[in-house]
Amino acid sequence: MSLVMDIWTICAVSAGALFFLAGTVGLLRFPDTLTRLHALTKVDNLGLGLITLGLLPQTSSLLLAVKLVIVWLLVQLSGAVVTQLVAGAIRQHGADG
Amino acid sequence: MSIASVFDIALVALILAIGASTILVRTAFAAVVMFAVYGLLLSIAWVRLHAVDVALTEAAIGGGMTGLLLLGAVARSRSDDVDRVRVGYPVRLAAGGLCALVVAGLAIVVLHPPAAVPTLAPVVMENLPPSGLGNPVAGVLFVFRALDTLLEKVVVLLALLGVWSLAPDRAWGGTPGLQVYAKPDPPLIFLAQLLPPVGIVFGIYMCWVGAKDPGGAFQGGTVLAAMWLLVIVAGLQKAPAISRLWLRGLLIAGPMLFLAIGLAGWVFADAFLAYPEGYAKPLIVAVEATLTLSIAVALAMLAAGPPERAQQQ
Amino acid sequence: MSSLLFAASVFVLLTVALGLFAILRRSADVDRLMAVQLLGTGGVAILLLLAVASEMPPVVDVAVMLALFAAFAAVAFVRNASGVSREARGE
Repeated sequence: MSLVMDIWTICAVSAGALFFLAGTVGLLRFPDTLTRLHALTKVDNLGLGLITLGLLPQTSSLLLAVKLVIVWLLVQLSGAVVTQLVAGAIRQHGADG
Repeated sequence: MSIASVFDIALVALILAIGASTILVRTAFAAVVMFAVYGLLLSIAWVRLHAVDVALTEAAIGGGMTGLLLLGAVARSRSDDVDRVRVGYPVRLAAGGLCALVVAGLAIVVLHPPAAVPTLAPVVMENLPPSGLGNPVAGVLFVFRALDTLLEKVVVLLALLGVWSLAPDRAWGGTPGLQVYAKPDPPLIFLAQLLPPVGIVFGIYMCWVGAKDPGGAFQGGTVLAAMWLLVIVAGLQKAPAISRLWLRGLLIAGPMLFLAIGLAGWVFADAFLAYPEGYAKPLIVAVEATLTLSIAVALAMLAAGPPERAQQQ
Repeated sequence: MSSLLFAASVFVLLTVALGLFAILRRSADVDRLMAVQLLGTGGVAILLLLAVASEMPPVVDVAVMLALFAAFAAVAFVRNASGVSREARGE
C-alpha cells in the first residue's frame, strides 16, 4: 500500500514541479504583461495544487493534511484576486502603474 | 554532497543575488519589491536553520508588513512634492564608510568564530519544565528574559507615538491617513470578506500554539493587524480616530497586564517578573493573549500612518 | 522519499530563480509585482516540500503565513496606484 502511495507522491510532485517550469518558461517567452499574468496563474493553481496533492499521503496526521489543503486554497484565492487587481491596474494606468 | 546541502547552496546564492540587486536597482519601487522578495527568501533560510519561530516572524513582518509600509512610502514620495534634496558627496562618503565598517565587523565575527561557541541552550532546556511551556523560545521570552520582552512591547508603543507625533495640530486625535480605494473594487472586497475569517483564526491559533510549538504573540498579532488593514483598505470599515478610548485601551492593555503581573511577582514570588510556582503557564498564556491584541492594534496603527483628517463630529 | 522531496524543492527553487531574473530584467512595475507573486507561490511549495521531507510539521505554519500575506504586495501596489492617479487628476 505504501508503495502505491509513494508512486502517487512521486508522480504528482513531479507533475507539479513541471508546471512550475512551464510557468517560468511562459514568463520568459510570452510577449506582453497580460499573457505573462496568465502564465503565472498556472503555477498557482496546478503547480502548487499537484505538489500539495502529492504530499498528502506522506503527512503524519489528518490535521496536517487539512492544513496543506488550506494553504493551497489560500494561494488560489490570493492568486485569483491578485491577477484581477493587477490586470485592472494595467487597464487603467498602463503597465507602469 | 547531500541533496539538502545542494538546496542550501542554491538558496544562499539566490539570497546574495537578490540582496545585491536590491542595492543596485535605480528606482525606489524596484528596490522595495526586491526587499520583499529578499524577506521571503530569508524566511526559507530560517526554516533550514531550524528557527521556525524566526521564520514565522520574517514571513509576516519581512514579507508582508514591511512591504506594505515601504510601498506606501514610495507612493507618498512619488505623489507629494517632496523636495528632491541632492545628497552631497561628504554625506554619501560617510554613509558608505560606516556601512563598510559594519560589514567588516560582521565579517571578522563570522570568519573567526570562537573554538567553543558559547551557548545557554542546555541551561534553558534544563530549566524549562517547571514553567510548563513546551517551546523553548517562549520560555526565553516570557520566563528567563521577560524584562526584555516587556521593554520590546513598550518600544512598539513608543514607535507608534513617534508616528502619531508627525500629525499636524488640526488633525490630532483624528483618523489616520490610510489611503482607501477611490471606488469600490469588487475583487478586493471579495478578498477582504473571505481572507480575514481564516486569518483571524490563524492569528489566534498562532498565539495559542506559541506555548508549545513555534508561534506566539508577535506572529499572531501581525496576522490580526494585516487582516484589519485589509478590511480598512477595501473600504469595508473606516479607520478609527486615534482619540478613541477603546483603541488606546487596547494599545496599553498588553504591556499593562504584563507589568502588573511582573509587580505582583514581587509579592508572590520574591522577584520582579517572577511567576508563583504552578501558575507560570496560565499567567504567561494570559499575558500572551492580551499582548497579541495590543500588538495587532499597534502594528495596524503604525501601518495606517499619522492622523491626517480631523475627527468628524 | 525524503531526498526525492528535497530534489523537488531544489528544482522548484531553481525554476523560481530563473523566473525571478526573467521578470526583474523588465522595467515595468507590474512585472516586478509578478516576481513577488511567483516567489510567494514557489516559496509556499518549497516550504511544504521541506516540511514533509524533514518531518517538521510547524514549517507548514510558515507556509500558511506566506499564503495569508501573498496578496498584500499587490493590494498595496494597486491601492497606491489608484491613489496617485487620483491626486494627479486633482480630485
